[in-house]
Amino acid sequence: MSSRSATLNISTPEGVTFSLPLAGPITRSLAFFIDFAVMSAAWNLVAILIKPLFFLMQDLALGVAVLMQFAFVEGMRMMMELLWRGQTVGKKLMGLRVVDEQGLKLRASQVVIRNLLRFVDMLPLFYALGGLVSLFNARAQRLGDLAAGTVVVRTVKTQPPDVAAVLAGKFNSFRECPHIEARLRQKVTPEEAQLALNALVRRDDLDEAARHKLYEELATHFREKVKFPDDVVFGLSDEQYIRNVVETVFRGRK
Amino acid sequence: MIADLKTFIERERPHWKELERELEKIREHLADLSDLKYARHVLGLYQRTSSDLARLQGSSSEPELRAYLENLVGSGYAEIHSATRDRRHFRPWQWLVQTFPQAFRRQIWGFWMSVALTLVGALLGAFLISKGVEGREAIYPFPHLVHQTPSERVAREEQRGTEAVSKGRDDLEGRKATFSAELMRNNISVTFRAMAFGMTWGIGTLLILFYNGVVLGAVVFDYVSDGQTVFMLGWLLPHGSVEIPAILLGGQAGLILGRALIGWGTPDSLRTRFRKITPDLATIAGGAALLLVWAGIIEAFFSQYHEPVLPYWVKILFGAVQLVALAWFLFFCGKPKAGADELQR
Repeated sequence: MSSRSATLNISTPEGVTFSLPLAGPITRSLAFFIDFAVMSAAWNLVAILIKPLFFLMQDLALGVAVLMQFAFVEGMRMMMELLWRGQTVGKKLMGLRVVDEQGLKLRASQVVIRNLLRFVDMLPLFYALGGLVSLFNARAQRLGDLAAGTVVVRTVKTQPPDVAAVLAGKFNSFRECPHIEARLRQKVTPEEAQLALNALVRRDDLDEAARHKLYEELATHFREKVKFPDDVVFGLSDEQYIRNVVETVFRGRK
Repeated sequence: MIADLKTFIERERPHWKELERELEKIREHLADLSDLKYARHVLGLYQRTSSDLARLQGSSSEPELRAYLENLVGSGYAEIHSATRDRRHFRPWQWLVQTFPQAFRRQIWGFWMSVALTLVGALLGAFLISKGVEGREAIYPFPHLVHQTPSERVAREEQRGTEAVSKGRDDLEGRKATFSAELMRNNISVTFRAMAFGMTWGIGTLLILFYNGVVLGAVVFDYVSDGQTVFMLGWLLPHGSVEIPAILLGGQAGLILGRALIGWGTPDSLRTRFRKITPDLATIAGGAALLLVWAGIIEAFFSQYHEPVLPYWVKILFGAVQLVALAWFLFFCGKPKAGADELQR
């Protein structure tokens, strides 16, 4: 791949392509530091729990402590990624996930390899080598990711837009003038229609002042495109005007 | 472009939501795709959603809907197309007695190369010590091997042993577990490093193996030339017969990684080459780590006791038997039986 892209595109045997947004170095570093803090905290907790053992069997307790600390450093991230489908605490908080570069589920061997190769990614210090490699890699992979065939992607929560609800059940006064409706459909570009639709779908995400301003601008824009008779548009709010436009345009695509 | 977006969403939305629910169930292990009827149902939902996405992909509009469907198809793709390889659950015993030795044998060239590199290093180490090279510190990482001759060390160890036996005390009492844990940690780190440094086109692995060989060769030559062969065998064999092969396994994994990076002798792409070796690498690294846990226990609880506490012949016999057992395990364990092989054909 010659150019750097922010997404990982995967084509399925069903003939469709989907894309996963790749994680950037800053969010990955933050996730790493969160994990480090969590592991340190967890280790301190365990150290407190095994402290009584020191009074009973100092040698055994120290041996256990040495091994557990090693296991925490090398194994905890691996365990989390294995059990939480490519996520650790830091990755969960930063909305990241490790996935197979072919879009398949992670295998245990991939998790093991990408974590064991931290030894070389860390060189000479502060993940300099891994960071540098990921900067020049089209999929932002560090050496461990490259060997394991994994990528770190951003997890995106999506919901199907409630377009049906937006367009349904409201009386559209424009229907009284089918010839003007036809002209409106002709003049409104797909991009303008999409913009209006998005403004309605995201209605509740906008604060009141911004919503009024946006609807006013959009309604003014559409009013200038086609002029409906005064009795048809009498008393219509800007929002209802846009709703009518959207309903007219999308209905017209039947 | 969808002609009637509203009708399209109204018609398809229940199927999308159902696929979402089923995928969540599969993720939570509340359902699985081994049931053929269920698998067909989920596959049907996934294919329908894929087709909906394909209809949207030609147009630049409806970006939110497209993002939602891409996400859903991505999740479905991961679950459905990975289903066949998820069938078998991890079975530790089977992994140990079959998967591990089989992976070792599949990549045996890496092991022989590890052995060869270590031997070359050992010869150099022996040569340097035989020439009485100044600066033994540069070769030996252990101070107790630098500041005393093997004979002096053997005399001291045996005297300490005699005192311990006569007074009925254990010199290692109270520090065996800690020592053992430190050994495990150190050796496992070295082994993992030997593997990870394979990403330097194998050069890092090569250096680690070679240096280990130099130290080993120097120690062996030092003790043999000083007439302390029996002590040396009794000291090194019990844990070394496991520890050294384990480090060689780490080197084997590193060399496999380096070869995959270079791509020597294969027409596959880099990603395909890595994909092919990843399971074997993880298996060999895991197996080496297990061996080193055992080696750490033996070194702390067994190897450090010398005559008269433990007769040398006992230690040498133990080490030799262990080496043979390990070799048998790695080279023969998990091989299909001749009869079974014929039946499979």
